[in-house]
Amino acid sequence: MVQLSWLMALSGVIFVIWVAGFIIRRNILVMFMSIELMLNAVNLAFISLGSRLGTMDGQAIVFFVMTVAAAEAAVGLAIIISIFRSRETVHADDLTLLRW
Amino acid sequence: MPPVVFWFLATLSIVAALGVVVQRNPVHSLLALVLTLISIAVLFIGQDAVVVGFLQVIVYAGAIMVLFLFVIWLLNLPMETGSTGRLAIKFLGTIAVVALLAELETFSMPAQLQIKFSATHAAGYGSIETLAETLFSQYLIAFEVTSVLLLVAVVGAVALARRSTTVEVQERAEQLAGREKAA
Repeated sequence: MVQLSWLMALSGVIFVIWVAGFIIRRNILVMFMSIELMLNAVNLAFISLGSRLGTMDGQAIVFFVMTVAAAEAAVGLAIIISIFRSRETVHADDLTLLRW
Repeated sequence: MPPVVFWFLATLSIVAALGVVVQRNPVHSLLALVLTLISIAVLFIGQDAVVVGFLQVIVYAGAIMVLFLFVIWLLNLPMETGSTGRLAIKFLGTIAVVALLAELETFSMPAQLQIKFSATHAAGYGSIETLAETLFSQYLIAFEVTSVLLLVAVVGAVALARRSTTVEVQERAEQLAGREKAA
């Protein structure tokens, strides 16, 4: 039998790995991937707790999180493409000017 | 889910997640990411969340990752050379991340949550029927709002990613001029 605490610990570890990815990497695309996957680590906690409580609420929330993540990915990647068109870079440290 | 399966998937997902962070080549990052997503999806299925697990594979590891791959190839990103960031940011970031991990593992443990847990599931738990019942009764308004959100997101993405209209008009004019010359 898998302990609930193991699952919660795994979810926490994966979450902070991607927080580290967001802080350390300077490539906008990798930072954006990290944001997407923080959501996924939290989904694991939702599913685990919902499974132990025997309710479907956790799964319903995960369903919504996935939908919103898909929408966010589409908009975020569109923004990255339009930034790349005007600045020709995806390095976050080169994108310090608000006006061009 | 037997503990052996859990430990295997946990190791796989942590190693792949670290791979995403340390890879220089964006495509390699993305492949490590797909591995992580699929192992998390199997963890979902192992806890009787079958529909959500398959949705995770189809939507996340399928659609969203292909979108990322398209963008990486569209922008023709080179492999990163040199350092991936500033040393000070890495140092402070590592400290902050370790602190966050300690906090999460202290406060999110089930012993802290004061809830009575049981692992017995009613018949049909996690099936598509029960998920649909939950979504279309308790969460109906949220579901409808989500559909509007998706529509807005798609329109917004198209509006953001297309070239400005003046550039298009110029290009079309050039194309027409070229055709007339050819004729």
